[in-house]
Amino acid sequence: MRFLNLVLGLILCLFFSLSASAERITIAVASNFTAPMKSLVAAFEQTSKHKVRVAYGSSGKFYAQIKQGAPFALFFSADQAKVSALIAQGLADEKSRFTYAVGRLVLWSNRDNLFLDGQHFLATDNYNKLALANPRLAPYGSAALEVLSSLGLLQQSKAKWVQGENIAQTYQFIHSGNAELGFVALSQVMRTGKVAHGSYWQVPSQLHQPIKQDAIVLNSAKNSAAAKAFISFMHSKAAKQIIAQYGYEHV
Amino acid sequence: MFSEADLSAIWLTLKLATIVTILLMIIGTPIAWWLARTHSPFKGVISTLVALPLVLPPTVLGFYLLLAMGPNGFIGQFTQALGLGTLPFTFWGLVVASIFYSMPFVVQPIQNAIESLGKRPLEAAATLRAGPWDSFFNVVLPLAKPGFITAAILGFAHTVGEFGVILMIGGNIPDETRVVSVQIYDHVEALDYAQAHVLSLSMIAFAFIVLFSLYWFQGKRGVKVMKLGG
Repeated sequence: MRFLNLVLGLILCLFFSLSASAERITIAVASNFTAPMKSLVAAFEQTSKHKVRVAYGSSGKFYAQIKQGAPFALFFSADQAKVSALIAQGLADEKSRFTYAVGRLVLWSNRDNLFLDGQHFLATDNYNKLALANPRLAPYGSAALEVLSSLGLLQQSKAKWVQGENIAQTYQFIHSGNAELGFVALSQVMRTGKVAHGSYWQVPSQLHQPIKQDAIVLNSAKNSAAAKAFISFMHSKAAKQIIAQYGYEHV
Repeated sequence: MFSEADLSAIWLTLKLATIVTILLMIIGTPIAWWLARTHSPFKGVISTLVALPLVLPPTVLGFYLLLAMGPNGFIGQFTQALGLGTLPFTFWGLVVASIFYSMPFVVQPIQNAIESLGKRPLEAAATLRAGPWDSFFNVVLPLAKPGFITAAILGFAHTVGEFGVILMIGGNIPDETRVVSVQIYDHVEALDYAQAHVLSLSMIAFAFIVLFSLYWFQGKRGVKVMKLGG
Protein backbone atom coordinates (compact mmCIF):
# COMPACT_ATOMS: atom_id res chain seq x y z
CA MET A 1 0.00 0.00 0.00
CA ARG A 2 2.80 2.33 0.96
CA PHE A 3 4.62 1.45 -2.23
CA LEU A 4 1.53 2.18 -4.28
CA ASN A 5 1.21 5.60 -2.60
CA LEU A 6 4.80 6.34 -3.41
CA VAL A 7 4.35 5.42 -7.06
CA LEU A 8 1.18 7.48 -7.30
CA GLY A 9 2.91 10.38 -5.63
CA LEU A 10 5.81 10.15 -8.03
CA ILE A 11 3.48 10.08 -11.02
CA LEU A 12 1.64 13.11 -9.73
CA CYS A 13 4.89 14.98 -9.11
CA LEU A 14 6.09 14.13 -12.57
CA PHE A 15 2.82 15.28 -14.08
CA PHE A 16 2.87 18.62 -12.29
CA SER A 17 6.51 19.33 -12.94
CA LEU A 18 6.00 18.49 -16.61
CA SER A 19 3.01 20.75 -16.90
CA ALA A 20 4.88 23.46 -15.06
CA SER A 21 7.85 23.26 -17.35
CA ALA A 22 5.97 22.98 -20.66
CA GLU A 23 2.89 25.11 -20.74
CA ARG A 24 0.52 25.97 -23.50
CA ILE A 25 -0.95 29.47 -23.59
CA THR A 26 -3.50 31.08 -25.86
CA ILE A 27 -2.91 34.66 -26.87
CA ALA A 28 -5.16 37.17 -28.64
CA VAL A 29 -3.55 39.12 -31.46
CA ALA A 30 -4.90 42.00 -33.57
CA SER A 31 -5.31 40.72 -37.10
CA ASN A 32 -3.04 43.37 -38.64
CA PHE A 33 -0.17 41.60 -36.89
CA THR A 34 -1.04 38.11 -38.19
CA ALA A 35 1.91 37.56 -40.52
CA PRO A 36 4.70 38.67 -38.17
CA MET A 37 3.10 36.84 -35.23
CA LYS A 38 3.16 33.57 -37.17
CA SER A 39 6.91 33.94 -37.69
CA LEU A 40 7.41 35.07 -34.10
CA VAL A 41 5.57 32.08 -32.66
CA ALA A 42 7.46 29.68 -34.91
CA ALA A 43 10.77 31.20 -33.83
CA PHE A 44 9.76 31.13 -30.17
CA GLU A 45 8.66 27.51 -30.23
CA GLN A 46 11.96 26.43 -31.76
CA THR A 47 13.86 27.52 -28.68
CA SER A 48 11.24 27.09 -25.98
CA LYS A 49 9.43 24.08 -24.59
CA HIS A 50 6.27 26.17 -24.24
CA LYS A 51 3.57 26.23 -26.87
CA VAL A 52 1.67 29.31 -28.02
CA ARG A 53 -1.73 29.12 -29.62
CA VAL A 54 -2.88 32.32 -31.34
CA ALA A 55 -6.33 33.73 -31.94
CA TYR A 56 -6.36 36.49 -34.57
CA GLY A 57 -9.17 39.01 -34.69
CA SER A 58 -10.23 42.57 -34.09
CA SER A 59 -9.12 44.26 -30.90
CA GLY A 60 -12.65 45.50 -30.16
CA LYS A 61 -13.99 41.95 -30.16
CA PHE A 62 -11.11 40.64 -28.06
CA TYR A 63 -11.78 43.38 -25.53
CA ALA A 64 -15.41 42.26 -25.24
CA GLN A 65 -14.39 38.61 -24.95
CA ILE A 66 -11.75 39.27 -22.31
CA LYS A 67 -14.29 41.22 -20.26
CA GLN A 68 -16.46 38.11 -20.37
CA GLY A 69 -13.63 35.90 -19.14
CA ALA A 70 -12.11 34.58 -22.36
CA PRO A 71 -9.10 32.40 -21.52
CA PHE A 72 -6.34 34.49 -23.10
CA ALA A 73 -2.97 34.87 -21.43
CA LEU A 74 -1.75 37.86 -23.43
CA PHE A 75 -3.46 40.49 -25.53
CA PHE A 76 -1.70 42.14 -28.48
CA SER A 77 -3.95 45.05 -29.33
CA ALA A 78 -3.94 47.10 -32.53
CA ASP A 79 -3.88 50.25 -30.46
CA GLN A 80 -3.29 51.57 -26.96
CA ALA A 81 -6.89 52.42 -26.09
CA LYS A 82 -8.16 48.86 -25.55
CA VAL A 83 -5.19 48.02 -23.35
CA SER A 84 -5.86 51.12 -21.25
CA ALA A 85 -9.51 50.12 -20.99
CA LEU A 86 -8.58 46.64 -19.72
CA ILE A 87 -6.27 48.17 -17.10
CA ALA A 88 -9.03 50.52 -16.01
CA GLN A 89 -11.37 47.53 -15.66
CA GLY A 90 -8.84 45.79 -13.42
CA LEU A 91 -8.39 42.89 -15.85
CA ALA A 92 -4.69 43.41 -16.49
CA ASP A 93 -1.68 44.78 -14.68
CA GLU A 94 -0.40 48.13 -15.93
CA LYS A 95 3.22 47.14 -15.15
CA SER A 96 3.16 44.40 -17.79
CA ARG A 97 2.19 46.77 -20.59
CA PHE A 98 4.61 47.34 -23.47
CA THR A 99 4.58 48.63 -27.05
CA TYR A 100 5.44 45.72 -29.30
CA ALA A 101 5.23 47.44 -32.68
CA VAL A 102 4.71 50.80 -34.31
CA GLY A 103 2.73 50.63 -37.51
CA ARG A 104 3.63 52.53 -40.65
CA LEU A 105 1.10 53.92 -43.05
CA VAL A 106 1.27 53.82 -46.86
CA LEU A 107 -0.95 55.19 -49.57
CA TRP A 108 -1.30 52.26 -51.93
CA SER A 109 -2.94 51.47 -55.26
CA ASN A 110 -3.28 48.15 -57.02
CA ARG A 111 -2.37 49.91 -60.29
CA ASP A 112 1.25 50.27 -61.30
CA ASN A 113 2.56 53.74 -62.13
CA LEU A 114 -0.52 55.55 -60.87
CA PHE A 115 1.55 57.86 -58.71
CA LEU A 116 4.97 58.34 -57.21
CA ASP A 117 4.19 61.26 -54.95
CA GLY A 118 1.02 60.40 -53.08
CA GLN A 119 0.59 63.84 -51.57
CA HIS A 120 0.57 65.46 -54.99
CA PHE A 121 -1.69 62.80 -56.47
CA LEU A 122 -4.24 63.15 -53.66
CA ALA A 123 -4.32 66.89 -54.24
CA THR A 124 -5.20 66.44 -57.93
CA ASP A 125 -8.41 64.68 -56.86
CA ASN A 126 -8.01 62.45 -59.91
CA TYR A 127 -9.27 59.15 -58.47
CA ASN A 128 -12.63 57.45 -57.91
CA LYS A 129 -12.54 56.27 -54.30
CA LEU A 130 -10.16 56.62 -51.38
CA ALA A 131 -10.24 53.65 -49.01
CA LEU A 132 -9.34 53.99 -45.38
CA ALA A 133 -10.00 51.97 -42.25
CA ASN A 134 -12.88 53.25 -40.14
CA PRO A 135 -11.18 56.00 -38.05
CA ARG A 136 -13.52 55.30 -35.16
CA LEU A 137 -12.39 51.68 -34.91
CA ALA A 138 -8.93 51.31 -36.39
CA PRO A 139 -5.73 53.16 -35.44
CA TYR A 140 -4.64 53.08 -39.10
CA GLY A 141 -7.90 54.81 -39.95
CA SER A 142 -7.43 57.62 -37.47
CA ALA A 143 -3.83 58.00 -38.65
CA ALA A 144 -5.12 58.31 -42.24
CA LEU A 145 -7.50 60.99 -41.05
CA GLU A 146 -4.64 62.92 -39.44
CA VAL A 147 -2.63 62.68 -42.66
CA LEU A 148 -5.48 64.06 -44.75
CA SER A 149 -5.98 66.83 -42.28
CA SER A 150 -2.23 67.62 -42.13
CA LEU A 151 -2.24 67.88 -45.93
CA GLY A 152 -5.34 70.07 -45.87
CA LEU A 153 -7.26 67.55 -47.98
CA LEU A 154 -9.84 66.42 -45.44
CA GLN A 155 -12.88 68.21 -46.83
CA GLN A 156 -11.90 67.72 -50.45
CA SER A 157 -11.48 63.95 -50.13
CA LYS A 158 -14.38 63.20 -47.80
CA ALA A 159 -16.93 62.53 -50.55
CA LYS A 160 -14.68 59.83 -51.97
CA TRP A 161 -14.07 57.86 -48.77
CA VAL A 162 -14.95 54.23 -48.42
CA GLN A 163 -14.28 52.79 -44.99
CA GLY A 164 -13.28 49.25 -44.19
CA GLU A 165 -14.06 47.98 -40.71
CA ASN A 166 -10.34 47.29 -40.38
CA ILE A 167 -7.24 47.54 -42.55
CA ALA A 168 -7.70 44.00 -43.89
CA GLN A 169 -10.99 45.00 -45.45
CA THR A 170 -9.55 48.31 -46.60
CA TYR A 171 -6.85 46.36 -48.39
CA GLN A 172 -9.57 44.18 -49.98
CA PHE A 173 -11.35 47.27 -51.37
CA ILE A 174 -8.16 48.47 -53.03
CA HIS A 175 -6.88 45.09 -54.12
CA SER A 176 -10.17 44.28 -55.92
CA GLY A 177 -9.85 47.58 -57.80
CA ASN A 178 -13.09 48.95 -56.39
CA ALA A 179 -11.18 51.78 -54.76
CA GLU A 180 -8.31 53.16 -56.80
CA LEU A 181 -6.18 53.90 -53.80
CA GLY A 182 -6.22 54.01 -50.04
CA PHE A 183 -4.35 54.03 -46.76
CA VAL A 184 -3.20 50.65 -45.50
CA ALA A 185 -0.42 49.36 -43.29
CA LEU A 186 2.98 49.03 -44.90
CA SER A 187 3.08 45.49 -43.51
CA GLN A 188 0.13 44.51 -45.70
CA VAL A 189 1.73 45.39 -49.02
CA MET A 190 5.20 44.12 -48.18
CA ARG A 191 6.26 40.69 -49.36
CA THR A 192 9.68 39.43 -48.33
CA GLY A 193 10.92 42.83 -47.29
CA LYS A 194 9.64 45.07 -50.09
CA VAL A 195 6.43 46.34 -51.65
CA ALA A 196 5.44 43.70 -54.19
CA HIS A 197 3.35 45.59 -56.72
CA GLY A 198 1.17 48.59 -57.44
CA SER A 199 1.95 52.21 -56.63
CA TYR A 200 2.79 53.28 -53.12
CA TRP A 201 3.79 56.32 -51.16
CA GLN A 202 5.13 55.83 -47.70
CA VAL A 203 3.50 58.49 -45.60
CA PRO A 204 6.09 60.65 -43.77
CA SER A 205 5.74 59.81 -40.11
CA GLN A 206 5.50 63.44 -39.01
CA LEU A 207 2.09 63.69 -40.71
CA HIS A 208 0.41 61.57 -38.05
CA GLN A 209 0.75 60.37 -34.47
CA PRO A 210 2.76 57.16 -34.18
CA ILE A 211 0.56 54.06 -34.51
CA LYS A 212 1.59 52.35 -31.30
CA GLN A 213 0.37 48.81 -30.73
CA ASP A 214 0.42 47.73 -27.10
CA ALA A 215 0.42 44.30 -25.49
CA ILE A 216 -0.42 43.32 -21.94
CA VAL A 217 -0.47 40.29 -19.65
CA LEU A 218 -4.00 39.45 -18.53
CA ASN A 219 -4.67 38.72 -14.87
CA SER A 220 -5.36 35.03 -15.46
CA ALA A 221 -1.76 34.57 -16.68
CA LYS A 222 -0.01 36.59 -13.97
CA ASN A 223 1.96 33.56 -12.82
CA SER A 224 2.32 31.78 -16.13
CA ALA A 225 5.90 30.82 -17.00
CA ALA A 226 5.01 30.51 -20.68
CA ALA A 227 3.59 34.04 -20.76
CA LYS A 228 6.75 35.38 -19.13
CA ALA A 229 8.95 33.45 -21.55
CA PHE A 230 7.05 34.69 -24.58
CA ILE A 231 7.21 38.32 -23.44
CA SER A 232 10.93 38.16 -22.84
CA PHE A 233 11.27 36.64 -26.31
CA MET A 234 9.28 39.58 -27.72
CA HIS A 235 11.92 41.92 -26.27
CA SER A 236 14.77 39.94 -27.82
CA LYS A 237 16.82 41.10 -30.79
CA ALA A 238 15.64 38.15 -32.88
CA ALA A 239 12.00 39.11 -32.35
CA LYS A 240 12.65 42.77 -33.17
CA GLN A 241 14.34 41.76 -36.39
CA ILE A 242 11.30 39.72 -37.43
CA ILE A 243 8.96 42.61 -36.58
CA ALA A 244 11.01 45.01 -38.70
CA GLN A 245 10.99 42.61 -41.66
CA TYR A 246 7.23 42.89 -41.79
CA GLY A 247 7.19 46.66 -42.11
CA TYR A 248 6.73 47.65 -38.48
CA GLU A 249 9.02 49.74 -36.39
CA HIS A 250 9.93 48.39 -33.01
CA VAL A 251 10.47 50.33 -29.85
CA MET B 1 -31.98 58.08 -27.38
CA PHE B 2 -30.89 57.68 -31.01
CA SER B 3 -28.07 59.82 -32.34
CA GLU B 4 -28.39 61.55 -35.69
CA ALA B 5 -26.14 58.92 -37.27
CA ASP B 6 -28.35 56.18 -35.80
CA LEU B 7 -31.49 57.77 -37.23
CA SER B 8 -29.88 58.07 -40.63
CA ALA B 9 -28.89 54.39 -40.48
CA ILE B 10 -32.45 53.40 -39.50
CA TRP B 11 -33.94 55.41 -42.35
CA LEU B 12 -31.47 53.93 -44.83
CA THR B 13 -32.23 50.41 -43.62
CA LEU B 14 -35.98 50.88 -44.02
CA LYS B 15 -35.48 52.33 -47.49
CA LEU B 16 -33.26 49.42 -48.50
CA ALA B 17 -35.63 46.79 -47.13
CA THR B 18 -38.66 48.38 -48.82
CA ILE B 19 -37.05 48.61 -52.25
CA VAL B 20 -35.59 45.11 -52.02
CA THR B 21 -38.95 43.66 -50.94
CA ILE B 22 -40.80 45.27 -53.83
CA LEU B 23 -38.21 44.13 -56.37
CA LEU B 24 -38.07 40.64 -54.89
CA MET B 25 -41.84 40.23 -55.07
CA ILE B 26 -41.63 41.12 -58.79
CA ILE B 27 -38.63 38.89 -59.50
CA GLY B 28 -39.43 36.12 -57.04
CA THR B 29 -43.04 35.47 -58.01
CA PRO B 30 -42.36 34.15 -61.54
CA ILE B 31 -39.47 32.04 -60.19
CA ALA B 32 -41.71 30.60 -57.46
CA TRP B 33 -44.50 30.03 -59.96
CA TRP B 34 -42.18 28.19 -62.32
CA LEU B 35 -40.69 26.09 -59.50
CA ALA B 36 -44.15 25.17 -58.23
CA ARG B 37 -45.44 24.03 -61.63
CA THR B 38 -42.51 22.74 -63.62
CA HIS B 39 -41.43 19.18 -64.29
CA SER B 40 -38.23 20.42 -65.90
CA PRO B 41 -35.02 18.55 -65.09
CA PHE B 42 -33.53 21.93 -64.12
CA LYS B 43 -35.92 22.37 -61.21
CA GLY B 44 -33.48 20.84 -58.72
CA VAL B 45 -30.61 23.05 -59.82
CA ILE B 46 -32.66 26.27 -59.76
CA SER B 47 -34.16 25.41 -56.34
CA THR B 48 -30.66 24.81 -55.02
CA LEU B 49 -29.33 28.09 -56.41
CA VAL B 50 -32.22 30.02 -54.87
CA ALA B 51 -31.69 28.34 -51.50
CA LEU B 52 -27.88 28.73 -51.42
CA PRO B 53 -27.83 31.98 -49.40
CA LEU B 54 -29.56 30.09 -46.56
CA VAL B 55 -26.43 28.03 -46.08
CA LEU B 56 -23.57 30.16 -47.41
CA PRO B 57 -21.75 32.45 -45.04
CA PRO B 58 -22.54 36.05 -46.05
CA THR B 59 -18.83 36.70 -46.38
CA VAL B 60 -18.67 34.24 -49.28
CA LEU B 61 -21.49 36.00 -51.09
CA GLY B 62 -20.10 39.43 -50.20
CA PHE B 63 -16.58 38.55 -51.26
CA TYR B 64 -17.63 37.29 -54.70
CA LEU B 65 -20.04 40.16 -55.19
CA LEU B 66 -17.22 42.59 -54.41
CA LEU B 67 -15.09 40.94 -57.10
CA ALA B 68 -17.94 40.51 -59.61
CA MET B 69 -19.15 44.10 -59.21
CA GLY B 70 -15.63 45.54 -59.31
CA PRO B 71 -14.06 47.15 -62.39
CA ASN B 72 -12.72 43.77 -63.58
CA GLY B 73 -15.74 41.65 -62.63
CA PHE B 74 -18.48 40.64 -65.06
CA ILE B 75 -21.22 42.63 -63.33
CA GLY B 76 -18.83 45.60 -63.08
CA GLN B 77 -18.02 45.43 -66.80
CA PHE B 78 -21.73 45.34 -67.58
CA THR B 79 -22.67 48.29 -65.33
CA GLN B 80 -19.72 50.29 -66.66
CA ALA B 81 -20.83 49.60 -70.25
CA LEU B 82 -24.24 50.96 -69.29
CA GLY B 83 -22.52 54.08 -67.99
CA LEU B 84 -23.53 53.37 -64.38
CA GLY B 85 -20.03 52.98 -62.98
CA THR B 86 -19.42 50.18 -60.49
CA LEU B 87 -21.84 49.11 -57.76
CA PRO B 88 -19.80 48.54 -54.59
CA PHE B 89 -20.05 51.39 -52.05
CA THR B 90 -23.41 52.51 -53.50
CA PHE B 91 -26.95 52.13 -52.25
CA TRP B 92 -27.89 50.24 -55.43
CA GLY B 93 -25.01 47.86 -54.86
CA LEU B 94 -26.63 46.98 -51.53
CA VAL B 95 -29.96 46.53 -53.31
CA VAL B 96 -28.49 44.06 -55.83
CA ALA B 97 -26.64 42.13 -53.10
CA SER B 98 -29.73 41.98 -50.87
CA ILE B 99 -31.82 40.62 -53.72
CA PHE B 100 -29.50 37.61 -53.93
CA TYR B 101 -29.30 37.30 -50.18
CA SER B 102 -33.02 37.51 -49.37
CA MET B 103 -34.25 35.58 -52.42
CA PRO B 104 -35.03 32.26 -50.66
CA PHE B 105 -37.09 34.03 -48.00
CA VAL B 106 -39.42 35.34 -50.71
CA VAL B 107 -39.43 32.50 -53.23
CA GLN B 108 -39.98 29.62 -50.86
CA PRO B 109 -43.18 30.83 -49.12
CA ILE B 110 -44.75 31.76 -52.47
CA GLN B 111 -43.72 28.45 -54.00
CA ASN B 112 -45.14 26.51 -51.03
CA ALA B 113 -48.40 28.44 -51.22
CA ILE B 114 -48.83 27.80 -54.95
CA GLU B 115 -47.92 24.14 -54.56
CA SER B 116 -50.48 23.70 -51.81
CA LEU B 117 -53.24 25.03 -54.10
CA GLY B 118 -52.94 22.00 -56.33
CA LYS B 119 -53.99 21.92 -59.97
CA ARG B 120 -57.73 22.07 -59.57
CA PRO B 121 -58.35 25.83 -59.20
CA LEU B 122 -56.35 26.49 -62.35
CA GLU B 123 -58.05 23.70 -64.28
CA ALA B 124 -61.41 25.07 -63.21
CA ALA B 125 -60.34 28.55 -64.33
CA ALA B 126 -59.15 27.15 -67.63
CA THR B 127 -62.51 25.46 -68.30
CA LEU B 128 -64.07 28.88 -67.75
CA ARG B 129 -61.73 30.17 -70.46
CA ALA B 130 -59.62 32.31 -68.18
CA GLY B 131 -56.27 33.25 -69.76
CA PRO B 132 -53.04 32.74 -67.81
CA TRP B 133 -52.85 36.37 -66.55
CA ASP B 134 -56.53 36.37 -65.69
CA SER B 135 -56.26 33.16 -63.71
CA PHE B 136 -53.09 34.35 -61.98
CA PHE B 137 -54.60 37.62 -60.77
CA ASN B 138 -58.11 36.34 -60.03
CA VAL B 139 -57.49 32.79 -58.87
CA VAL B 140 -53.93 32.18 -57.73
CA LEU B 141 -53.23 35.53 -56.10
CA PRO B 142 -56.32 35.57 -53.84
CA LEU B 143 -55.96 31.91 -52.88
CA ALA B 144 -52.22 32.07 -52.23
CA LYS B 145 -52.39 35.48 -50.53
CA PRO B 146 -51.06 34.28 -47.16
CA GLY B 147 -47.98 32.94 -48.91
CA PHE B 148 -47.35 36.28 -50.61
CA ILE B 149 -47.79 38.17 -47.34
CA THR B 150 -45.41 35.82 -45.55
CA ALA B 151 -42.90 36.24 -48.38
CA ALA B 152 -43.05 40.03 -48.22
CA ILE B 153 -42.69 40.12 -44.43
CA LEU B 154 -39.80 37.67 -44.37
CA GLY B 155 -38.02 39.35 -47.28
CA PHE B 156 -38.32 42.72 -45.57
CA ALA B 157 -37.26 41.50 -42.14
CA HIS B 158 -34.34 39.50 -43.47
CA THR B 159 -33.03 42.47 -45.43
CA VAL B 160 -33.27 44.66 -42.33
CA GLY B 161 -31.10 42.15 -40.46
CA GLU B 162 -28.49 41.74 -43.15
CA PHE B 163 -24.92 42.40 -42.09
CA GLY B 164 -22.12 40.33 -43.58
CA VAL B 165 -22.79 41.06 -47.23
CA ILE B 166 -23.18 44.78 -46.57
CA LEU B 167 -19.98 44.89 -44.57
CA MET B 168 -18.13 43.33 -47.51
CA ILE B 169 -19.38 45.64 -50.25
CA GLY B 170 -20.79 48.66 -48.43
CA GLY B 171 -17.75 50.70 -47.48
CA ASN B 172 -19.57 52.21 -44.50
CA ILE B 173 -20.59 55.50 -46.15
CA PRO B 174 -23.01 57.61 -44.08
CA ASP B 175 -26.47 58.05 -45.67
CA GLU B 176 -25.44 55.76 -48.53
CA THR B 177 -24.41 52.33 -47.22
CA ARG B 178 -24.20 52.54 -43.43
CA VAL B 179 -27.23 50.54 -42.33
CA VAL B 180 -28.30 49.71 -38.78
CA SER B 181 -26.42 46.41 -38.49
CA VAL B 182 -23.16 48.09 -39.51
CA GLN B 183 -23.85 50.99 -37.15
CA ILE B 184 -24.30 48.53 -34.26
CA TYR B 185 -21.07 46.81 -35.20
CA ASP B 186 -19.29 50.19 -35.13
CA HIS B 187 -20.67 50.99 -31.69
CA VAL B 188 -19.58 47.62 -30.28
CA GLU B 189 -16.10 47.73 -31.80
CA ALA B 190 -15.64 51.30 -30.58
CA LEU B 191 -16.55 50.06 -27.08
CA ASP B 192 -19.61 52.31 -27.02
CA TYR B 193 -21.79 49.60 -25.54
CA ALA B 194 -24.56 51.95 -24.33
CA GLN B 195 -25.35 53.13 -27.84
CA ALA B 196 -24.99 49.57 -29.14
CA HIS B 197 -27.63 48.45 -26.63
CA VAL B 198 -30.10 51.10 -27.75
CA LEU B 199 -29.92 50.03 -31.39
CA SER B 200 -29.62 46.29 -30.71
CA LEU B 201 -32.60 46.19 -28.39
CA SER B 202 -34.64 48.07 -30.99
CA MET B 203 -33.64 45.44 -33.54
CA ILE B 204 -34.68 42.60 -31.22
CA ALA B 205 -38.02 44.28 -30.57
CA PHE B 206 -38.52 44.76 -34.30
CA ALA B 207 -37.68 41.14 -35.11
CA PHE B 208 -39.93 39.87 -32.33
CA ILE B 209 -42.90 41.95 -33.44
CA VAL B 210 -42.47 40.93 -37.08
CA LEU B 211 -42.19 37.21 -36.38
CA PHE B 212 -44.90 37.22 -33.73
CA SER B 213 -47.36 38.92 -36.08
CA LEU B 214 -46.39 36.44 -38.78
CA TYR B 215 -47.15 33.42 -36.57
CA TRP B 216 -50.32 35.04 -35.27
CA PHE B 217 -51.43 35.75 -38.84
CA GLN B 218 -50.62 32.21 -39.98
CA GLY B 219 -52.40 30.70 -36.98
CA LYS B 220 -55.50 32.77 -37.62
CA ARG B 221 -55.61 31.78 -41.27
CA GLY B 222 -55.01 28.15 -40.38
CA VAL B 223 -52.24 27.96 -42.93
CA LYS B 224 -48.63 27.02 -42.66
CA VAL B 225 -46.77 28.44 -45.58
CA MET B 226 -43.44 28.84 -43.90
CA LYS B 227 -41.19 25.84 -44.03
CA LEU B 228 -38.13 27.74 -42.90
CA GLY B 229 -37.69 27.07 -39.25
CA GLY B 230 -41.42 27.52 -38.78
